[in-house]
Amino acid sequence: MTDVIVVGGGPAGLACALELRRRGVGDVLVLDREQQAGGIPRHSVHQGFGLRDFHRVLSGPRYARRYAERARGAGVEVMEQAMVTGWSADEALEVTSPAGRETVRAPAVVLATGCRERPRSARLVPGSRPEGVLTTGMLQQLALKGMPVGGRALVVGAEHVSFSAMLTLAHAGAKVVGMTTELPRHQTSALFRAGAALRYRFPLWTRTAIARISGRSRVEEVELLDLENRHARVIACDTVVFTADWIPDHELAVVGGLELDPGTRGPRVDTGLRTTRPRIFAAGNVLHGAEPADIAALSGRHAAGSVARWLAGDGSWPAVVPIECAPPLHWISPNAIGPSADPPPRGGFLLRSRDFTRRAALEIRQDGRLLRSGRARLTPGRSTLLPCDWVRAVDAEGGPVQVAMRTG
Amino acid sequence: MSEEAPDRDVVIIGAGVVGAAIARELSRYELRCTLVEAGADVGAGTSKANTALLHSGFDAKPGTLEARLVRRGHELLSEYAPRAGIPLERTGALVVAWSEEQLGSFPGILARAHQNGYTAIGRLAVDELYRREPKLGPGAVGGLEVPDEGIVCAFTPPLAYATEAVACGCELRLGTSVTGMQRLERGGFRIETSTGRLTTRFLVNAAGLRSDEIDRMLGHEGFTVTPRRGELIVFDKLSRPLVNHILLAVPTGTTKGVLVAPTVYGNVLLGPTAENLQDKTDTSSTRAGLEYLRSEGERILPALLAHEVTAVYAGLRAATEHDAYQIQIHGAEGYACVGGIRSTGLSASLAIAEHVRAELGEAGLPLHPKRDLPDVRMPNIGEDFPRPYVEQDRIAAHSDFGRIVCFCERVTRGEILDALAAPIPAADLDGLRRRTRVLMGRCQGFYCGAQVRELLAGTR
Repeated sequence: MTDVIVVGGGPAGLACALELRRRGVGDVLVLDREQQAGGIPRHSVHQGFGLRDFHRVLSGPRYARRYAERARGAGVEVMEQAMVTGWSADEALEVTSPAGRETVRAPAVVLATGCRERPRSARLVPGSRPEGVLTTGMLQQLALKGMPVGGRALVVGAEHVSFSAMLTLAHAGAKVVGMTTELPRHQTSALFRAGAALRYRFPLWTRTAIARISGRSRVEEVELLDLENRHARVIACDTVVFTADWIPDHELAVVGGLELDPGTRGPRVDTGLRTTRPRIFAAGNVLHGAEPADIAALSGRHAAGSVARWLAGDGSWPAVVPIECAPPLHWISPNAIGPSADPPPRGGFLLRSRDFTRRAALEIRQDGRLLRSGRARLTPGRSTLLPCDWVRAVDAEGGPVQVAMRTG
Repeated sequence: MSEEAPDRDVVIIGAGVVGAAIARELSRYELRCTLVEAGADVGAGTSKANTALLHSGFDAKPGTLEARLVRRGHELLSEYAPRAGIPLERTGALVVAWSEEQLGSFPGILARAHQNGYTAIGRLAVDELYRREPKLGPGAVGGLEVPDEGIVCAFTPPLAYATEAVACGCELRLGTSVTGMQRLERGGFRIETSTGRLTTRFLVNAAGLRSDEIDRMLGHEGFTVTPRRGELIVFDKLSRPLVNHILLAVPTGTTKGVLVAPTVYGNVLLGPTAENLQDKTDTSSTRAGLEYLRSEGERILPALLAHEVTAVYAGLRAATEHDAYQIQIHGAEGYACVGGIRSTGLSASLAIAEHVRAELGEAGLPLHPKRDLPDVRMPNIGEDFPRPYVEQDRIAAHSDFGRIVCFCERVTRGEILDALAAPIPAADLDGLRRRTRVLMGRCQGFYCGAQVRELLAGTR
């Protein structure tokens, strides 16, 4: 009999399954809907994967392969082309695969379904609907298959992933005509930005929105709007890549009746990565906008510890105290505290802000009582690791924990 | 100079939902038919981008041809859809009044429905309205229930009609635009097209947005098409539980207003706008249009706005200076003009075809029914009926029906390969979208965009 089903065979799901086997859990099944397990890193041919979990630097595809091979080597059953499409009335998972339609069940389920970039339509960018409008996810796969990606590309977004899209475009022979962000500056490391600017020479238009896309069969031009002076600028290009602006792939969580956190839009989880529904855990980027693969993997590894302890326990499922964020803070993850007050993955909470703040004064309170205060540097699209030394001070019977930035 | 006899009995110009329906109808008789389409696919113009409603005709202008054809078309399509695999759900519609003034127009709407012979319409008290639609925004003062309004797939009907026509021997010429036309001395027409010359005894103009231009080539000056753009927003499937019926606005003199409706694919639709244009190709969405729709949506179904947007599109209605269908049968010439068909065209399509066939018969087109008509059944792409990914038998017969390529819309490799090898095959990504729903989902190709392009390229 299957002990644990992990939905999603990316870094989080595979790392979770691997750790479950290491902890002696007998029968672990990973269901992955893609043709090959390994997740998003399969398509990211550049280096930089594996630092935090394997303590070495690997390319995305090698990193993905390593996880799939290790999981299988450890006795995990990894089923590919197997998509979980919903929950049956008796809480089993409905699965479609080339082998047929079946329902599978296990005492514990881990959702590790990852996240995706918001495409153009979800961002309500008006204009015509020509070919050549991509997300980074699609761009990387087109490039990997050696299919055309266009000749002159505009990159929307200025996060790490946006620069990664820029590299993919350059390697595929496309000229990057510019990069835009609605924020006042880019969100990648200064070194990376400087290197990219020097090597590829393209403008970065900050405080700039995409006002319109036009073109009949293929993109012909894009109208940019300067958000400061409302001036319009028209850029001739045949490709637009919408990068970042992540949203968790939370469909299975929502139809399963799990509560979502309004900030992350992923399932609400406590520090043991337990969701609000008994026996369902969640890990990795389904919990929040994209973190690097190794951080997602460590989240999966952390969930495995909780799952293993729960399987060995009395089967009770704890009530939690939610953690809420006030603007400009965007989200915090995990976003609940259970009575056992476990430490979160990597010993800290991931905190995101919508604004750049160099030395933000942060306060954590419950029912007005100050649990912690401190300073942190906040950059939109990048997480700050918030210490967790205050979780034992949380009153399990009290109101929500509030995280806020003090002004002045 | 002597002329050869025309080599065809009927040429139908335009393979939108109306032209394809007429081709289907006429190819059921012993006739040499050709369906000519300027675009690369059937149903790829105005027909693909409407609100996809099955109208009962309760609010049509009484006594008009449109009123009669919508009513009859509703009956015919309701009967045909399940046989042909066209997704159709009779959800019913609620007309919602938001002010005393709008409530005051209810007696007139009821009277008009009764004049149209539609008596199933009824009033709903406010508490009953909110019981039926608990997520309706605050401030509604009353409603009308129209149980026979429904939602239908806009993509499948023209494909089903054209597939059936082709199976009955109709010639389909895609990518063929009409460049000129002359009358033949002994009756009939010579049509110059981008793919060669055609001659025919009878001609049907179902050219939609270009129907006025075709009409003018024959010297008629009956009407001018002014494209009326409608922008629409499609919300994520997770919003589907918010709404049970089609939520209609109380019509004003100029527009039917913005509606909220479920779709047969399991999404929720908000729209349309109504804006007259000059350019017959401008299907762009606009900042102003989308903002207006969101403000209307906020009022009608506030919870909808918190959901992710899956798609935005715009369609052009073939509006004219007349408020009626421009269906004119020039019997002596052997010419039928079927223009100015606006948003009710999908609902009325089979009745329009029946009407045109009868009129052409009156005008001398010999109608000898064929025997052994083929049964055409399109692959189901609606949510209300089982799709291949849940069908154990289909997957067991061919494992490609268990290989989900498009995760968001659950489209399998088997369906994609079938659509690429169909009697009227998908020629491009849009064609594949309309036949399978692939790439139409919330990720818009993030996961499967490259793989689908590869499958498409593999067949070319």
